[in-house]
Amino acid sequence: MSDVIAPLSDKDRIFTNVYGFQDWGIDAAMKRGDWDNTKALLELGQDSIIEKVKASGLRGRGGAGFPTGMKWSFMPKESKDGRPSFLVINADESEPGSCKDREIIRHDPHKLIEGALVAGFAMRARAAYIYIRGEFIYEAKVLFAAVEQAYEKGFLGKNACGSGYDFDVFVHRGAGAYICGEETAQIESLEGKKGQPRLKPPFPAGAGLYGCPTTVNNVESIAVAPTILRRSPEWFASIGREGNKGTKLFQISGHVNRPCVVEESMGISFKELIDRHCGGIRGGWDNLLAVIPGGSSVPLVPAKEIMDAPMDFDGLKALGSGLGTAAVIVMDKSTDIVRAISRLSYFYKHESCGQCTPCREGTGWMWRVMERLRTGDAEQSEIDMLFEVTKQVEGHTICALGDAAAWPIQGLIRHFRPEIERRINERGAPVMEAAE
Amino acid sequence: MADAVHIPDEAETRARWGAFAWTAENAEQAKKVIARYPAGRQQSAVMPLLDLAQRQVGAETQTQGWLPVPVMEYIADQLDMPYMRVYEVATFYTMYNLAPVGRYHVQVCGTTPCMLRGSDDVFSACKNKGLVKGGTTPDGLFTLTEVECLGACANAPMVQINDDNFEDLTYDSMSAILDDLAAGKQPKIGPQIERQTSCPEGGPTSLKEMVAENHDYRGQWNEGARA
Repeated sequence: MSDVIAPLSDKDRIFTNVYGFQDWGIDAAMKRGDWDNTKALLELGQDSIIEKVKASGLRGRGGAGFPTGMKWSFMPKESKDGRPSFLVINADESEPGSCKDREIIRHDPHKLIEGALVAGFAMRARAAYIYIRGEFIYEAKVLFAAVEQAYEKGFLGKNACGSGYDFDVFVHRGAGAYICGEETAQIESLEGKKGQPRLKPPFPAGAGLYGCPTTVNNVESIAVAPTILRRSPEWFASIGREGNKGTKLFQISGHVNRPCVVEESMGISFKELIDRHCGGIRGGWDNLLAVIPGGSSVPLVPAKEIMDAPMDFDGLKALGSGLGTAAVIVMDKSTDIVRAISRLSYFYKHESCGQCTPCREGTGWMWRVMERLRTGDAEQSEIDMLFEVTKQVEGHTICALGDAAAWPIQGLIRHFRPEIERRINERGAPVMEAAE
Repeated sequence: MADAVHIPDEAETRARWGAFAWTAENAEQAKKVIARYPAGRQQSAVMPLLDLAQRQVGAETQTQGWLPVPVMEYIADQLDMPYMRVYEVATFYTMYNLAPVGRYHVQVCGTTPCMLRGSDDVFSACKNKGLVKGGTTPDGLFTLTEVECLGACANAPMVQINDDNFEDLTYDSMSAILDDLAAGKQPKIGPQIERQTSCPEGGPTSLKEMVAENHDYRGQWNEGARA
């Protein structure tokens, strides 16, 4: 834990047009290095591409952090029954705090599309479907146009990039449902159904989209693949700490002086990240209350614990939280922390797909208790009761939305119980007087 | 569901929308959409077609559109799906309007990252212009909806109005946007402060060469091994 991670230099940044100062179009993208002899990357061969991605140490950027190369290797090497394989790219970015896929798609879409070809080829897929959230209307327009450009250049379609491999990329727009970010819900949605997660097994690599072998990957995981192959897995693995390699798009929102999206080294310390790119905490470092370091689904971390923490999967796991999508939500001391978490509880209540009873009923139940804790209109014993309910939701549902709804509340109770108790006491006092 | 929308009277809806059919342009688009999916998997096109239909209804009514039952039946027929399966999809996803909305659909994000940066002020700006959550103004101009995270958190607080995002809002800038729209003017899209997209306010802390030119960093790839 003691090794200090050097901040990233510009030459090691993958998403060089992340702010859209320059054109997203294919000609400008090619000048920045995209689609540069992609044929040579494909000529490495399927197994070699997968080996290189494994060697780079890339872990999935969508939240779970599963090794990307290993995920690709689960796909069948040949179709025994004629079923094609599919790559589904998850651009249903809806986790509160997350706004990185949006920047990739609207400003550097060709990194994603080239990545789709390379990854799709490596896993022997017939086509990729990019599932983009419905509310990204402008971003979807850019993506449709960028895919069109790639076809016109002969980079996609029959004999993609002159490789002899046929590969299509299709864009599919969602229509407003957080749950479609869950891989099996996304597959259901792509098939034209309600986005309700499937029971696993069968896993998508065995039976996914249309019952065919499917891998679902996050936008960022796919978009970094061509650069890893061009620069070498060793380059990517030279950044970050053991088991937490590479660069990462951090999205900093909330009470910093200058919120932003920025690509940094995995494992950069929280303080360095904020000081370097966000101009510090609003009102100074003494004013920091707590941080949700990985999007709304991970538990919050109090100020003094997060300050020097390395921002990567294992560093944040050690604090009882997680890197998630690296959506860093910063809260200063002006924050009504109970309200902030209660609003997340409302989010999960709104987004529960309604399939599993513990989640459908539990999210509403937890939100209503949270609202009473917010105003202090509760009994002390209800804090433990709420904690107990979160434990009954967690792990008892088909997908992780139930867990995601439970963890923020558990984090709040773990770290801010005195604040909840204070509200109950202060509100309770005058009521007792009135009763006398 | 106490917060479920009131679905308009079916007889009236049928009288108005019973003869719904694609415009020539949308019929072409519908064909293109269906071709994205493998043969026999045309059900996959239900979401894009519902969106297309909602937009057509919107164009015909000078609003942001909605999905009357006969329109859903029309799509069910085209995709050879039971109507019920289309209805399930239309009611599951929040972007399909099950009742008419106004000319401007004002969707203010109220989730925590926006809340921390002042979405309360954005809601008060709406309230003071006469917008009511879940309702349409009497002149049919504005429908206000509180939505969940729209994925622009580094530019919070934000609102999506029709197809455009307005970001880095304050009470004053939100009021000005609503005034502009009411006066038939097009407000500036994107951040409402001096700022390039999600770049830090005041200029980038990284990739500064990109501001002025389409810089190619490949020449520096092998310079100096990393510390």
